[in-house]
Amino acid sequence: MVLTAAGEPKIRVQGATKIYQGKTGPVHALDNISVDVHDGELVCILGPSGCGKTTLLWALGGLHALTRGQILVDGEPVKGPRPQAMGFIFQDANLLPWRNLRQNIEFPFEIKHRPVDRRRIEALLGETGLAGFENAYPRELSGGMQQRASIVRALAQDPAILLMDEPFGQLDAFTRDEMNLLLLRLWSETDKTIVFVTHNISEAIFLADRVVVMTPRPGRLAHVYDIELPRPRTIEMTFEPDFIELIQDIKRTVEAGGRRHVVEVE
Amino acid sequence: MSEVPSELRDEIPSFDEHSYHDHGALDWSALTSIRTAKSALEIGTIVAVAVGVFWGVEGILRWAKTPSYVFPKPTQIVSALTTDFGIRYGHHLWVTTQEFLMGVAIGSTIGLLLAAVITQKPFVEKIVAPYIIILVTTPMLALVPFLRLSLPKGIGGLGIWPIVFAVALASGPMVLINAATGFRRTDLAKIALARSYGASTFQIFRKIRFPLALPMIIVGYMVGSIFGLLTAVGSEMASASEEGGLGHQLIFFASLIQVPEFWATIVIIAALGVSIYVVFYFVGKRWASWEA
Repeated sequence: MVLTAAGEPKIRVQGATKIYQGKTGPVHALDNISVDVHDGELVCILGPSGCGKTTLLWALGGLHALTRGQILVDGEPVKGPRPQAMGFIFQDANLLPWRNLRQNIEFPFEIKHRPVDRRRIEALLGETGLAGFENAYPRELSGGMQQRASIVRALAQDPAILLMDEPFGQLDAFTRDEMNLLLLRLWSETDKTIVFVTHNISEAIFLADRVVVMTPRPGRLAHVYDIELPRPRTIEMTFEPDFIELIQDIKRTVEAGGRRHVVEVE
Repeated sequence: MSEVPSELRDEIPSFDEHSYHDHGALDWSALTSIRTAKSALEIGTIVAVAVGVFWGVEGILRWAKTPSYVFPKPTQIVSALTTDFGIRYGHHLWVTTQEFLMGVAIGSTIGLLLAAVITQKPFVEKIVAPYIIILVTTPMLALVPFLRLSLPKGIGGLGIWPIVFAVALASGPMVLINAATGFRRTDLAKIALARSYGASTFQIFRKIRFPLALPMIIVGYMVGSIFGLLTAVGSEMASASEEGGLGHQLIFFASLIQVPEFWATIVIIAALGVSIYVVFYFVGKRWASWEA
């Protein structure tokens, strides 16, 4: 493992371009995206459906090959999945329906042929309010509980980087707020780097240190917003005029397809 | 980027919750239509209806003075069934059960393995598909007279091998066709999950593809077993088997106009069929209830 020098980004995306060979012709999913994510940072990738957010995240995690460009994690190019360094949290929790909650959380240990870290799992279950539901099957749990279980599954592996793909997109607004607060709490207790994909502007601002806005077809970088809100963040902050103004500004950026801002080229 | 999982690298990520249903939704109702009776009233009613049907048929036959060679009374069938069960039916039940169990075991194992292999390569599947359809649609008991001629007599000291062979040929393709449907269900998100933790292709198969296919495999085993029983009994009827068997007994009792014994044999065959259903109902409930 290469030790990163101070100031060197944890994740460096350089000219990421992805073209799928779809049935109706090539689909240009990502076009020349370059962005850095620093160690311990929480970066949200924001954009409407079909702008290649998930493609970018899958490429970060080594599940996808880029057509052009490269991604460096800890200074090394990503060539495939790196289960020790990175953990995914997927849409709709993505639990295995034939396994109960405990078996789902132990799934990555099985894949890696590692002894199950029971103490860590117990602690995480307690922290996420899932203690006592270990034997429940996913279909018996609410969407919020399923997604909490999937967070426990990822965090039990203690990865330095969490890649989250619209994890709370299917949840109702109240549960989503609850989950966002839980995520910020868990993040503040660790030094993890989080890349969080969402199409919800308010969620992106609420969570992020920086919001990377993308525009669709092809997925291009429109603008990167630095979010100056103090931490710890509260739901009340989302009602402040500054917050709402920022939402409107980002919305206009998305609608203008990135033409409002000149993308800085280094 | 050689380590990128090959099944993901060119797939447009989509997370339709039921994306694995693209290859045909599973009709699970066959195994879940039995509802366990709950209250004493329900159980009482079910028993009362059964008793009513039994004695109702008995009453009608007595009243009409139907001779037993036209249609035996239920009580005659019961007494034919319970008198000398071991001598009249025991041996034949054992022969049929052996043919059935061995045939299904051989056929389903081959069918399951073939399904797992051919679904890995769509091209292979296209080549193999017509032969599977021929095997599924041809009644295998038609082959028994031929098998009896061409198979060496008494392999392994048993004269039942031609029928075991026919049962395997009848049940195997059924398991194959259903298991293949199961293995074809791909859930990109679940494969991505396993790959993100560094899963090998074999781990993906064992921990994702196989459990995902299991409900369809169980359905295949159930349908295959029922076809296997049909073929076992039919083959015994069609070919004069020295070993006997329940199908053989049907022909025997019919030729002697021992109609109550004939019907008693039918009851035994029906009981075998129902036990197949019940076994797979509980197997499905235990191993595939997450799908229901």
